[in-house]
Amino acid sequence: MSTALRTLYEKIWDAHVVERRDDGTCLIYIDRHLVHEVTSPQAFEGLRMAGRKVRRPDLTLAVPDHNLPTTARVDENGDRLPIADLASAGQLAALEANVAEFGVPYINDRAAQQGIVHVVGPEQGFTLPGTTLVCGDSHTAAHGALGALAFGIGTSEVEHVLATQTLQLAPSNTMEIRVDGELGFGVTPKDLILAIIGQIGAAGGNGHVIEYRGTTFEAMSVEGRLTVSNMSIEAGARSGLIAPDDLTFAYLKGRPRAPQGADWDRMVSYWRTLCTDEGAHFDRSISFQAADIAPTVTWGTSLDDVVSITGVVPDPTSFADPARRAAAAKALDYMGLTAGMAITDIPIENIFIGSCTNSRIEDLRAAAALLDGRHIHASIRQALVVPGSGLVKRQAEAEGLDAIFKAAGFEWREPGCSMCLGMNPDKVPPGERCASTSNRNFVGRQGPGARTHLLSPAMAAAAAINGRLSDVREMMR
Amino acid sequence: MIPVEQVQGRAYPLGAANIDTDVIIAADHLKTISRTGLGQHAFETIRRTPGNVFDEPANRGASILIAGENFGCGSSREHAVWAMMDMGITAVIAPSFSDIFSGNAFKNGMVAVVLPQAAIDRLLEVAKTDPITIDLATMTVTTPFQDRFEFTLDPFRRACLMQGTDEIALTLQSDAAIAAHEAQSLVLSVTAADTA
Repeated sequence: MSTALRTLYEKIWDAHVVERRDDGTCLIYIDRHLVHEVTSPQAFEGLRMAGRKVRRPDLTLAVPDHNLPTTARVDENGDRLPIADLASAGQLAALEANVAEFGVPYINDRAAQQGIVHVVGPEQGFTLPGTTLVCGDSHTAAHGALGALAFGIGTSEVEHVLATQTLQLAPSNTMEIRVDGELGFGVTPKDLILAIIGQIGAAGGNGHVIEYRGTTFEAMSVEGRLTVSNMSIEAGARSGLIAPDDLTFAYLKGRPRAPQGADWDRMVSYWRTLCTDEGAHFDRSISFQAADIAPTVTWGTSLDDVVSITGVVPDPTSFADPARRAAAAKALDYMGLTAGMAITDIPIENIFIGSCTNSRIEDLRAAAALLDGRHIHASIRQALVVPGSGLVKRQAEAEGLDAIFKAAGFEWREPGCSMCLGMNPDKVPPGERCASTSNRNFVGRQGPGARTHLLSPAMAAAAAINGRLSDVREMMR
Repeated sequence: MIPVEQVQGRAYPLGAANIDTDVIIAADHLKTISRTGLGQHAFETIRRTPGNVFDEPANRGASILIAGENFGCGSSREHAVWAMMDMGITAVIAPSFSDIFSGNAFKNGMVAVVLPQAAIDRLLEVAKTDPITIDLATMTVTTPFQDRFEFTLDPFRRACLMQGTDEIALTLQSDAAIAAHEAQSLVLSVTAADTA
């Protein structure tokens, strides 16, 4: 795929080709591998059965996040508390045994550095621009925000990377998503990515690697970029890249696993070459104006189903495509909504602020800013704030954000994936609705029968205060 | 991996688009450390509806699933493929697949066939009463009614499927090339601050 003019994706790809086969498949070197408890046990078991080793434990980092309870992990004496769910406890024990047996660096469930893999990677400087980074989790796309070619893989591929530090891959198509201008008052990176997915569709990015370009992303903080890249997979794209720049370098400098001194300078010189060449070809290009984006939420059970907070629940008969019409009718039924209903009339019983999409310090600040001096509505039965890592939690506590959340009626939890995916004790009860800063509104995602509305942290705070989906712009001071 | 040349049998005519991997296997069932036994939980939310395609007696033991666009979207969980294979499904036919799902399917010897919606519509009709045949040698899907739909497969994946290749063993043959790459990689030459 080498041509004179190359996209950022092509530059990173070319720099990692170990072997190129006649059929176009390439053996690609993997620089960084994040491992968690849920998608790795069968991979380690495969290694064991074949008598294989982990080729590069030094390029691997394991941290539990998916099924850990977010309640206290140690008692008042600092002793470890047991995990009540035996299957979850077993999976954590399997991870601990596997990292010990194979010599993989490990951040344990009680360490301050523990958190959601996609928060931990950038925070520790494990994620670096221009690297290839994989994890057995689809939201690995997030690391593209730092200019890493990062994508989710299945367990067989986890085993392949552990054994060989490579993957056999066919090159993807390239898609440019260009957004220019300033986001409006009260409009966040989450609203932007929800609106983008709504436009290109939940399958729109299949077979593609996205590169987000334009002044909107250039002005966006690294944390905001992580939110955007994170959800690339919800448009079907395995990766979503943003070219590294001074903001990226400032974010990474001094992080524990980032290079330092002369090494740092050498890497920065290289990273500065990592941008799409002027005039390089993209297989698809789409552009948006930031000013056109309003606070955005989902109404249905697919990321196709997004709507502006000022909008109404769509009428299924308004869709031309019969399959889409049937899917919309089914989604309305599952969600317990009526066509034509104002989005701001949708009542909410649960609030979740967290997940690899929106659990970093800027997210918590945005929600706390709205909640300061206010209280959750009487109709809210459960309101959780789950920081993305122990370090985010510590930072938030230093800023007094935990006190604001608690005074507002929120529970302040330990880091983990929590209510994003319904495999730990944090679930939305059947038939109840959740305003959630996570990334998927699928049927049963937050628990059997749970009804999810995805939105930004500030919008989640607004819904908590009013007990219904609300336009945060009317509540901002 | 067991070589696959042909998949023949009844098919579940599911048809729906955007079937995500949470629907195929809910997160609550991912707490296993084994690849087997997940079939009983596959498509749980769909199977709660009376008259669903999975519990239709005529479809019992079907080896093929026919679905709509974007099959297997969402989570990368390979448990989705393991669950489907555990219930006997070894091939899926759909107009499009999520990239991660089709990769996971291939790694487990499950055949993911892409056909246009018109062909899908016809196969959904046939599947109500008759078996379907997927042949990797001729790259065709055929029915007892003379239907014949051609598909394409990534040549590397097709060869691996038909030969039952152990991909890790194959890659390990490139050990020298991998080591050569490591020796010249800039990022691998720098030291992390915390280990310096």
